[in-house]
Amino acid sequence: MEILLAIIIGTLYASGIYMILRRSLVKLIIGIILLGNGANLLIFLLGRIAKGAPPIIPEESNVFLDAYSDPLPQALILTAIVISFGLQSFAIVLVKRAHKVVKTDDLDEMNATDEYS
Amino acid sequence: MLTAILSGFIFSVFLVFAGKFLKGKLAVLSALVPLALFVYFLSFLPQVAGGEVIRQEISWVPTLGLDLNFALDGLSLLFSLLITGIGFLVFAYTAEYLKEHDYLDRFYGYLGMFMGAMLGLVLSDNLLSMFIFWELTSISSFFLIGFNNTSEASRKSAVLALAITGSGGFLLLAGALLLGNVAGTFNISEMLALSPEIISSEYYIWIVILLFGAAFTKSAQFPFHFWLPGAMKAPTPVSTYLHSATMVKAGIYLLLRFTPVLGGEDIWNTTLISVGGITMFYAAVHTLFRTDLKGVLAYSTISVLGLLVFLIGLGTQYALTAAAVYIVVHALYKATLFLITGIIDHETGTRDVTRLSGLRKVMMPVAVAGFLAALSSAGMPPFVGFIGKDLVYESTLHMGSWSIFLTVLAIATNILVLYAGFVAGIKPFTGKLPNEHKKVHLPGMLMWLPPVILALLGIIIGIFPEIINDSIIAPVVNSVGLEGNEVHLKLWHGFNLVLGLSAITLAVGILLYVIFKPSAKKERGIARLDFIAPLTLITNFGHGFKVFSNWWTRIFQNGFLRNYVSTIILFLVVLVGYSLFSDQNEIPIDLSSFSRMTYYEMIIMGIMFLAILFVVGARSRLTAVVAMGVVGYAICLMFVIYSAPDLAMTQFSIDTLTVILFVLVLSSLPKYLSISDYRMKVVDGVLSISFGILITLISLEVLGEPVNKEISNFYADNAYVLAKGKNVVNVILVDFRGVDTLMEISVLTIAALGVFSLLKLRLRRDDRELKD
Repeated sequence: MEILLAIIIGTLYASGIYMILRRSLVKLIIGIILLGNGANLLIFLLGRIAKGAPPIIPEESNVFLDAYSDPLPQALILTAIVISFGLQSFAIVLVKRAHKVVKTDDLDEMNATDEYS
Repeated sequence: MLTAILSGFIFSVFLVFAGKFLKGKLAVLSALVPLALFVYFLSFLPQVAGGEVIRQEISWVPTLGLDLNFALDGLSLLFSLLITGIGFLVFAYTAEYLKEHDYLDRFYGYLGMFMGAMLGLVLSDNLLSMFIFWELTSISSFFLIGFNNTSEASRKSAVLALAITGSGGFLLLAGALLLGNVAGTFNISEMLALSPEIISSEYYIWIVILLFGAAFTKSAQFPFHFWLPGAMKAPTPVSTYLHSATMVKAGIYLLLRFTPVLGGEDIWNTTLISVGGITMFYAAVHTLFRTDLKGVLAYSTISVLGLLVFLIGLGTQYALTAAAVYIVVHALYKATLFLITGIIDHETGTRDVTRLSGLRKVMMPVAVAGFLAALSSAGMPPFVGFIGKDLVYESTLHMGSWSIFLTVLAIATNILVLYAGFVAGIKPFTGKLPNEHKKVHLPGMLMWLPPVILALLGIIIGIFPEIINDSIIAPVVNSVGLEGNEVHLKLWHGFNLVLGLSAITLAVGILLYVIFKPSAKKERGIARLDFIAPLTLITNFGHGFKVFSNWWTRIFQNGFLRNYVSTIILFLVVLVGYSLFSDQNEIPIDLSSFSRMTYYEMIIMGIMFLAILFVVGARSRLTAVVAMGVVGYAICLMFVIYSAPDLAMTQFSIDTLTVILFVLVLSSLPKYLSISDYRMKVVDGVLSISFGILITLISLEVLGEPVNKEISNFYADNAYVLAKGKNVVNVILVDFRGVDTLMEISVLTIAALGVFSLLKLRLRRDDRELKD
């Protein structure tokens, strides 16, 4: 199963980079989102995956009795998902704004800073 | 001694506040500072002549070996007296020369700063503090050269001088650090005893090269000499003080100071003899082709500096005595010549030697000073210059197999220096007074007295060399490491070879002066060779470097995001990929450790794969956004399967929110462009796919490595025990790493504020106009 996951992660990275390399701003954002998803899954995979063993201590006990999946990468990824949402929403609104003012979506036409100040 | 050094700086700071009071008639009072210092240093004369070294040690940054240690020996005293003595005359002269000048206070401030720095330089016994003062002299020289800051030529010369002497300072620092590390101390007096160890060290050659670099740039040796003629853009008092009598001799001082530590080796002597020899002859020839008085003097100064380096290179007792005497001789006559050039410039408004003649009729005292100085520079008996020249010949004649060549070189240089001295000191005053200068009159006494004093000193010391023999020259020769040798300066040596050579020099020199007339035509003639002059070469190099830097920067900072990204990714793929594949071991992928695949997992993966393809290939924004939602939900299912319920919930809500946000602003988002051409798509595709493959390979390889669960186990074991929570992920986020989560919330709040203000921002009028 890990092999499939690794391939999916590679696909996410490849598609993310490909979209970032496009000239369209919207594609750039989509690329960043895909790349972020890939990174999250990568951390998740490298923390080792396990089925049916959530890191929740059973009702009747104070410590884990059975095997449990690693809580640490999960905590990291949870933070990452939330932060990347902050980034994405800001970027989406920024693109909208930039489009309104600059009236282009082509990154090549936006590489000067002074024209619209 | 520290007070003496600081007094120059204190004087400068004082002028910041009191400058306007000192601009008028009181300006001459500022000359009292160098005068007091001169008297102060003069009072050490008996002690130093008795072989004593006066020391003062103040701890500054002991951990770095940087201390304010000062030592006053013969060499330091000679320079201190020159700095303060000529400083006194220059300060007084300036009061008249720049009378009523708007920035006179500023000028005195720079001069005071320079004097303090120069004193610090020659008195420092610590190599690091010496470096600091060295740099300070370069900086004050920069300000003084650029004093006429409205003139572009002046600014350019200042920058050029700073660039050359500044890079020399950099070499000095490097050399000082190396030398300090080899010797284990930064105190020059302690290095004397360590001389054999330093010379046998493997770094000796580097130390010598670095210190030579510093000395040659500062003392304008070929091929770094060209900043000095440029520095003549400075007001004449500056040329007198910094660029003839004191600062340019800092390199000479450095070489003399380190002669007992580093000298005596072949590399030391040969390099100094060759560089000094080339410089003195090259610059002396140049004096023939100058019509600007200051240009003539600048090149003859370079020539004498070359001669001094040459003498230090010879390194014999005669040579070092000659060097010591020549420093005094040159300071006296060259300062005189510069000062009278300043007077001529000030009164007639020109320094063009072809337009000047007969001025003795209107300014007799100046003419006398010029005449005396010219004779001293010519080495005519009974001037001190004669003693100096004799010693030079005496030392070259004792150089064994090379003696004839070196002596001829010295004679040729001296002939040309004589010519330069006559052009500057005699030519403007002889002959017929042209009509345009009929109304010229003698300037104030403050201006003509200093050159007269200096010129008279030249002849007095010449007749009575005993004045400086035991008190100054002998201690200097002692402090450069030839202790115990008797020094006898004499005017008359009897009829011998040296006297004959002197006579030849005088005869040929005077003949040259009579026959060869400086003219603008000759100056233009030599200008044709400018294309191979070091100045041109270095300027072209600087220009070329600028062009190259621009080109280089343009390549990497081209303003296209995708170029930056693709460069980074390309290097990553090549470097990491290379190290992965060059590793001979097989990538340890242990298939047996992997969990079994079930059909629903494969279906989810398949959906996800297809959704990604849809995102990449979509032709409309909506398709892309929806497909991205599908990717997110598939990841969400993944989290559910692999025991991460919290992640699944978060991913689900966040993904929903993102899609909603996208759809909400979709109408105002730009059209989904597909601008790139086919070729770009293929190139980017190959790059991206290879990057994806690399990530896959790396993650598979990492999976084969053992994993450290120590931290995870700590959290799992203590989640309930310490934090009373059973969902470990939640406990980590809100309890163990609670502050991090707080920060995360702050970041989100800031992002939300940003989103809100971007949405609510009303365009200003001018923005709207732009929009219309």
